[in-house]
Amino acid sequence: MTRFIINRRKFLTLAGVAASTVPLSGCDAFDSFLSGQSPVREFLASANGLTYRAHRALIGADTLVPEFAASEIRQGQRPNGSTDPTDADYLALRETSFSNYRLVVGGLVEKPLSFSLDELRNMPARTQITRHDCVEGWSCIAKWTGVPLRQILDEVQVKPEARFVVFHCYDTMDLGLQGAVPYYESIDLIDARHPQTILAYGNNDKPLAIANGAPLRVRVERQLGYKMAKYIKGIELASSLAPFGGGKGGFWEDLGYDWYGGI
Amino acid sequence: MTIMDDIESRPAPQNDEKTIIYRHRIATRITHWIWAITLFFLLLSGLQIFNAHPQLYIGNQSGFEFENSVLSMRAMQAADGTVGGYTTVLGHSFDTTGVFGMSGPAGNPSYRGFPAWATLPSYQDLATGRVIHFFFAWLFSAAFLVWFASSLISGHLTRDILPSVADIRSLPRSIVDHLRFRFHHDGRYNGLQKLAYAGVLLVIFPLIIATGLTMSPGMNAAWPWLLDIFGGRQTARTIHFLCMAALVAFFVIHILMVIAAGPLNEMRSIITGWYRADKKNEEHSA
Repeated sequence: MTRFIINRRKFLTLAGVAASTVPLSGCDAFDSFLSGQSPVREFLASANGLTYRAHRALIGADTLVPEFAASEIRQGQRPNGSTDPTDADYLALRETSFSNYRLVVGGLVEKPLSFSLDELRNMPARTQITRHDCVEGWSCIAKWTGVPLRQILDEVQVKPEARFVVFHCYDTMDLGLQGAVPYYESIDLIDARHPQTILAYGNNDKPLAIANGAPLRVRVERQLGYKMAKYIKGIELASSLAPFGGGKGGFWEDLGYDWYGGI
Repeated sequence: MTIMDDIESRPAPQNDEKTIIYRHRIATRITHWIWAITLFFLLLSGLQIFNAHPQLYIGNQSGFEFENSVLSMRAMQAADGTVGGYTTVLGHSFDTTGVFGMSGPAGNPSYRGFPAWATLPSYQDLATGRVIHFFFAWLFSAAFLVWFASSLISGHLTRDILPSVADIRSLPRSIVDHLRFRFHHDGRYNGLQKLAYAGVLLVIFPLIIATGLTMSPGMNAAWPWLLDIFGGRQTARTIHFLCMAALVAFFVIHILMVIAAGPLNEMRSIITGWYRADKKNEEHSA
């Protein structure tokens, strides 16, 4: 019997130790492991790479998200993030109703080109009624009209070493002590060439509103809202995301959000 | 391990009509503890994610210009000017100041859905909440697949989890026994236990995984039927939340029952597999 009792005591001690950690839960006990550059957080974040690979294996390159009937448009597109940029070059464009706007496409391409809004509007367009999912958790259904991005990519002829499409934007986000940081985003070439990925200039049968990213924003329908850059200034094809911003591939990514926003 | 040696080397004590039985297989024990750990982190990081938009809806989208909200937790100003935390469920508002909608020190309150002690990290950090949530979601789902496959093969699923006709028939007696705190320690699950475990393992676990996947815009392209099953992304988010609440309720009852049924014996069986059971006798098998 003796040995059994010792075992039970040992077990009691272990259980006591385990139970004593429970009240620590929640509050700030874990905070130090989870801040900015902690290796624990870095390790946990590696699961996003697994999610990305799993999605790429499971979801066909051209598989579409569901589109909705016009009756599902029950409200205006909810704006978020920058809604009224006050940067000088943007205000100058806005002054002339974006008639001087030119979308500059460059980087790892054979033929760098730029497009005016009229040129974009005269290209074959795609219109889709889709659901916009914000990383915060809400969703909003709206109609979007624009040029499929793959059409632009075909015109500029992407070089084989290019792996990412980077969107440079007019709006800057205030980061307090660090000052204003320009918004930027990036996606891989699979999502860039996806049939529903469009450079939208129209929203709910009207020209794209300022709050929603006028004159041009991207729709990346299989990912979350923060991936869909607004107020696009230029598009750059790149082989690595390291040279841009904080090197993580986007404004929010540099602040700790996952680069792959399909989840 | 030494407990096992004890049993092998010596006949089980006969005097108190107890016998030691091997109750939980290794797959059950390992997945139990993986779930215990992963659900802890999933819950606290999930509440962090919820706090980024502490409102739930029915349908495909969130009504900003129309009403389809079923739950919200927010700070609101009352007619007399005082600000408090209010939880609104199906149009009925409750003052939940201090817990939901507004919490923290009275002089410096935070306007947030769930309070700091219920979220990971404690401060508002949606990005890190998502990082934690998706890491443990992979582990949780993997453990579920391992458990399901091994339980199917070993017969654990049909033998111990799925309630039989006899279990269903004896449910009233099982309920009365529970209410009287009269427990049968024969090492086998009674009808009520089977129903609870089947509900959690075969209904809530698959449901919380599937509604989680339904919220992914990428998965909506791959498996659009998920949206049809659950009635839209925002409904799926609401169901995901309700599954969470059900699991919290299950956890509370689970712990209470473990304490009531003999915490040492129960804990030993879920750690080592060995359970000190009542000897089968006429009274119980009748």
